[in-house]
Amino acid sequence: MRNAARSLTRALTLTPAVVLLLLFLAGPIAYCAYIAFTDLQLTGQAQESFVGFDNFRTAFDDEAFRNAVWLTLVFTVVSALLGQNTLGLALAALMRRASKPVRTLVGAVVIAAWVLPEVVAGFLLYAFFRREGTLNAILDWLHLPTQNWLFTLPILAVSFANVWRGTAFSMLVYSAALGEIPKEITEAAEVDGAGGWRRMWHITLPMIRRSIGTNLMLITLQTLSVFGLIWVMTRGGPGGRSQTLPLFMYEEAFQKSMIGYGTAVALLLLVVGSLFSVVYLRLLRTEV
Amino acid sequence: MPRPLSSHRTTHRLAADAGLLAVAAAFALPLAWVILSSLDTDADLRVKVPDGVTLDNFDAVLTPEITFTPLLNSLLLCGGGTALTVVCAALAAYPLSRFRSRLNRPFLLTILFATSLPITAIMVPVYALFVQVNLIDTLQGTIFFFAASQLPFAIWLMKNFMDGVPKELEEAAWTDGASSLQSLVRIVLPLMGPGMAVVTVFSFVMMWGNFFVPFMLLLTPDQMPAAVSINEFFGNRGTVVYGQLAAFSVIYSTPVILLYVLVARRLGGGFALGGAVKG
Repeated sequence: MRNAARSLTRALTLTPAVVLLLLFLAGPIAYCAYIAFTDLQLTGQAQESFVGFDNFRTAFDDEAFRNAVWLTLVFTVVSALLGQNTLGLALAALMRRASKPVRTLVGAVVIAAWVLPEVVAGFLLYAFFRREGTLNAILDWLHLPTQNWLFTLPILAVSFANVWRGTAFSMLVYSAALGEIPKEITEAAEVDGAGGWRRMWHITLPMIRRSIGTNLMLITLQTLSVFGLIWVMTRGGPGGRSQTLPLFMYEEAFQKSMIGYGTAVALLLLVVGSLFSVVYLRLLRTEV
Repeated sequence: MPRPLSSHRTTHRLAADAGLLAVAAAFALPLAWVILSSLDTDADLRVKVPDGVTLDNFDAVLTPEITFTPLLNSLLLCGGGTALTVVCAALAAYPLSRFRSRLNRPFLLTILFATSLPITAIMVPVYALFVQVNLIDTLQGTIFFFAASQLPFAIWLMKNFMDGVPKELEEAAWTDGASSLQSLVRIVLPLMGPGMAVVTVFSFVMMWGNFFVPFMLLLTPDQMPAAVSINEFFGNRGTVVYGQLAAFSVIYSTPVILLYVLVARRLGGGFALGGAVKG
């Protein structure tokens, strides 16, 4: 009797979430896998037809697509792996030694950048990198050459924007990880005369390697799906020079009305994301 | 011996302070721009101290058309999405946390897998699907999608928080004849107040800042939340009034900053991350 009641409760309480997830998450993913193989367009088409791997063939022959893949790689490596990850670890490590007021101040500023809505962050960094913006004002003051960053180095500008916006996440992950290293271990190394860098390399990094793996996975996935930040700053331009895959996908699907082709690109992005996701699960497998 | 060590420590601390302050200054510049510009009617794109502080920019944007309607839309959209997310997540987390079953592990793994999928990638098919089932440009369609995209993480967090509530308290209620649902609502949820607060605030903040979802799924300008309507400042109104853009940005960002501070205070800074991404 009790068991029957429990399985009923179980089924009933899971239902709303499962229905929502199936209809609005699994559904679109399945639909994505379907229309990626069709020539569906935005307007004026009676019935889409099945075109096999044509969309993918078009993509790999498309210079603009290869450009977008390359820019996505640059964006991910520069802003996530090098930028957010390294800066986040450095901030977390320095914060352990710094005095309390400085720690609080830095935490507040870095986290504020993270909590701001994506579009607002985009505007702030647009203003910062524009020809008449703050960065050039500072360079002027230092008598260094200025340039129109959003035109000359758009992909670097948006990468720095993503570092500005996303570093707090890595900082919080690493602050938590470093806080769990027992004090005796670092103190013992200090007494043995190991310097700061050697302690970092031989003791700290190996001890937090699981956090490093988790963090790298999560920030890579977050960076792969950045859209609003780049869209606000450059619209993917000029001339496609900051057009990462999400922006390329959007342009093909909506500006050029090629939903089928845009979705094929989306499916590739989804597959790459899923692979990262599986690796992330393996890293966490002892936790579940 | 203690003396050189402690002076060594002081040097280290000063170096760390200096390094951190330099980074903080770099991070603070764009933030300084938005605050200073919002108080300056002659604001341009660089950080400068205004000649005189005025609230004229705020006066200019605080109209129904520019601010109140988009903020109300944001509130309906994100409030609705958050409510749906939290209710579904709490219900789903309960059996996952309380009853043993062979299905728990595969279900949780699927949920965890879904938390890290790039949602951006499925927006084109979601758009195509919504056109077919007439959910495009509707508030409820967007709310459903928001809730579904936020649910995996919300369920995962909620389950972890629920695991922290001892089972014995409920067993007492069960012997008194309470049903599972009653014990969830009367005993478990009240005991995980901070956890509920984290899930609620996190979902709300994520939706409030989301640009791509409403940008794709809503078409009518009157329905647009602040995340999308803010682009109007760059639209067809001729020259951009940066002071007003900054003032609007401040108004639009304030709720999420306040919510974050509220929750972070109670939970000591780690926010939702502690339970979620422990490596």
